[in-house]
Amino acid sequence: MMRTTRQKDNHTLKKTPAPSTTSIWQHRDILDLDDFTPGEIELVFHTTDAMREVLSRPIKKVPTLRGKTIAIVFYEASTRTRVSFELAAKNLSADVVNLSATASSVTKGESLIDTLSTLQALGADIVVMRHQSSGAPYIVTKHLAASIINAGDGWHAHPTQALLDLYTISKHKKGLNGLKIVIIGDIMHSRVARSNIWGLSKMGAGVTLCCPPTLLPPGLTEPNGFFPQVNIEPHIDHALEGADVIMALRLQMERQQSGLLPTIREYIQLYQLNQVRLARAKPDAIVLHPGPVNEGVEITPEVAHGPQSLINEQVTNGVAVRMALMYLLAGGKEQ
Amino acid sequence: MRKPLLIQGGHIIDPGQGIDKNGNLLITDGKIKGMGEIPAEPDYEAINAEGLVVCPGFIDLHCHLRQPGFEEKETIATGTRAAARGGFTTICCMPNTNPPLDSQAAVDYIKSTAAADGVISVLPVGCISKGRKGEELAEMGELAAAGVIGYSDDGNPVLNSQLMRRALEYSRTFNLPVIDHCDDTSLSKNGQMNEGILSTMLGLGGIPAAAEEIMVARNLALAQLTGGWLHIAHVSTAGSVELIRLGKEKGIRVTAEVTPHHLTLTEREVIGYNTNTKVNPPLRTQQDIQALVQGLKEKVIDAIATDHAPHAEIDKICEFEIAENGISGFETAFGSLMQLVHEGQLTLNTLIARLTSEPAGIIKQDRLGTLSNCAIADITIFDPAREWLVDTSAFASKGKNTPLAGKMLKGKIMATIHHGKIVYMDDTFKIKEKPGGAKYRKRREG
Repeated sequence: MMRTTRQKDNHTLKKTPAPSTTSIWQHRDILDLDDFTPGEIELVFHTTDAMREVLSRPIKKVPTLRGKTIAIVFYEASTRTRVSFELAAKNLSADVVNLSATASSVTKGESLIDTLSTLQALGADIVVMRHQSSGAPYIVTKHLAASIINAGDGWHAHPTQALLDLYTISKHKKGLNGLKIVIIGDIMHSRVARSNIWGLSKMGAGVTLCCPPTLLPPGLTEPNGFFPQVNIEPHIDHALEGADVIMALRLQMERQQSGLLPTIREYIQLYQLNQVRLARAKPDAIVLHPGPVNEGVEITPEVAHGPQSLINEQVTNGVAVRMALMYLLAGGKEQ
Repeated sequence: MRKPLLIQGGHIIDPGQGIDKNGNLLITDGKIKGMGEIPAEPDYEAINAEGLVVCPGFIDLHCHLRQPGFEEKETIATGTRAAARGGFTTICCMPNTNPPLDSQAAVDYIKSTAAADGVISVLPVGCISKGRKGEELAEMGELAAAGVIGYSDDGNPVLNSQLMRRALEYSRTFNLPVIDHCDDTSLSKNGQMNEGILSTMLGLGGIPAAAEEIMVARNLALAQLTGGWLHIAHVSTAGSVELIRLGKEKGIRVTAEVTPHHLTLTEREVIGYNTNTKVNPPLRTQQDIQALVQGLKEKVIDAIATDHAPHAEIDKICEFEIAENGISGFETAFGSLMQLVHEGQLTLNTLIARLTSEPAGIIKQDRLGTLSNCAIADITIFDPAREWLVDTSAFASKGKNTPLAGKMLKGKIMATIHHGKIVYMDDTFKIKEKPGGAKYRKRREG
């Protein structure tokens, strides 16, 4: 099995994870951040630093995963995330197989497990998958020996996005502990929010959720619940008071049709992140958005492209974080 | 002619008659023919039931046998054998077959197939509406004449309040219950599990308790309006128990059932996305379980019914969202319910009553669910302390879909007797041909 035959390439990563930290890596798959320890998240950050260094070179390629096959399977439309994974795999010299749900036999009623078993039989060492159903990668992993990276499942989790968000924040804020992070928008349907809530909570940040109650999933602030550091503030002006980091989420236009919002217009009036509102946050507050941005809906163009916005840096860090995760999953051995 | 059968030395529990004592039980010609100090005669067959409990055969008000239409999931042959392994001697099958049981012909098919292929009694439930479409009433009179024990569009809730009113009114003539799967689908739509922090964390659509309770409340109001007999299927929430309690206090004609899984498993089972935990209504919380057990004790909930819902493997090896709802329940029902007895939450007497005399009352069968003289010899013998591993490959049911697979249960059915005939016997349990000879054969310990 691929996990036990770690390839011993000579490669040229300059910064390497300390040997003592590689032993704390216990993950066969990356499904969500709920089973990550703070130490593992730090290890991902450390490895990402090394990958960022690779990305800063004129030739952004190392032979680390030469001979490995990474299959990227997307059951749901996406451009950015797919490209980010593909670049990450190619920068590590892995062979990449792309499969999109519409282009393959999945449209012929082939089951999820059949499709992925086939990919494994064809030699995939790591399967990157996105699926519209929450939990889909959890079902697959019971039937597959290959490592799974969850690239987003339903409303449930998007761990690589959360790790890149955490990494981006920690680079700018010198850590995460004690920060006030405000997440604004459609929490209910957001896998990005869920994985970030796990990750930020584990790293000691306080999370304030700001959204209309119809877009808030139940139970997050239950007494004695999972997240003592999460609180809810439906009024955006109060929520932003003293914030270190503001994360705006994409609002799907169909939320109005499904009766969760009276109008998009009213959503903009009550929840749009604009310059005036941003001024309530700390002067050095940073703005994140997982993309793609609905400019003029959840965030104004001025803020999205303004000096406090790190949206482009998130995209760059996304490639580095995904390289780091593939590297760690493939064994993380340095020569 | 079959030899008389003597069940010797068992702990006889017959809640309907208030019997709880050790003794022998004699069966002749498919009937109970005596209880107490009955000596063994040379021409009797005998079963040594020392250390075991002997009680009336269990009656299940709610199961799915899938035939006709979905024979890949279950048939009457496999379903009745699974039920026998679970200690059931009478089961009431729901009409969500294809075609649905909305005509005499369809009901006759079930009865004749059960007589030919089945090993226990099968009593069909007829549809409320033609084709279970929730539009026009099915021919309830003809269905009653064909022998249905009640009416249900189970699987589909009756959303139209006017139709529900008419069903409760019209069925009064036949004195049969209208059984509703209480679910306001505008609230439960896209729901996959109980709504709460776990549905949030798992990213699955939530089904709030209110989706059930709204329909329970509506149905109680309609039963009060019409004087019809309402039976609430698979109650799952504390709020529903409270509503039914109030309804009974007000004298509304309502009965109710609860499943073994809603009495013993919580929503936490869903963690990890095991599709065998997906069931409708969904597994709820510990607070709901407490209220359901309390309701069962106080007879707010009259009966325990399995809602045995077998599915083929392909229906469950898939994404959680598209997996079918349902748990294959016959063969684990008793073992899982015994947990409540071992924990001291229910007495053995109450548990047996809710599986025997109470459901017998709902289907108006005074010769079932009892061990009284001349009653039909439907008998279940179980070992309350025996531990066993749930191995779905040994199931008689085609449905291997249970979250209890691989778990240990304490309390095992040792033999099931239907109309005086042994239809299931544990491998370690033997019949004695010559009871007058050697002393009771020792059971092999498993």
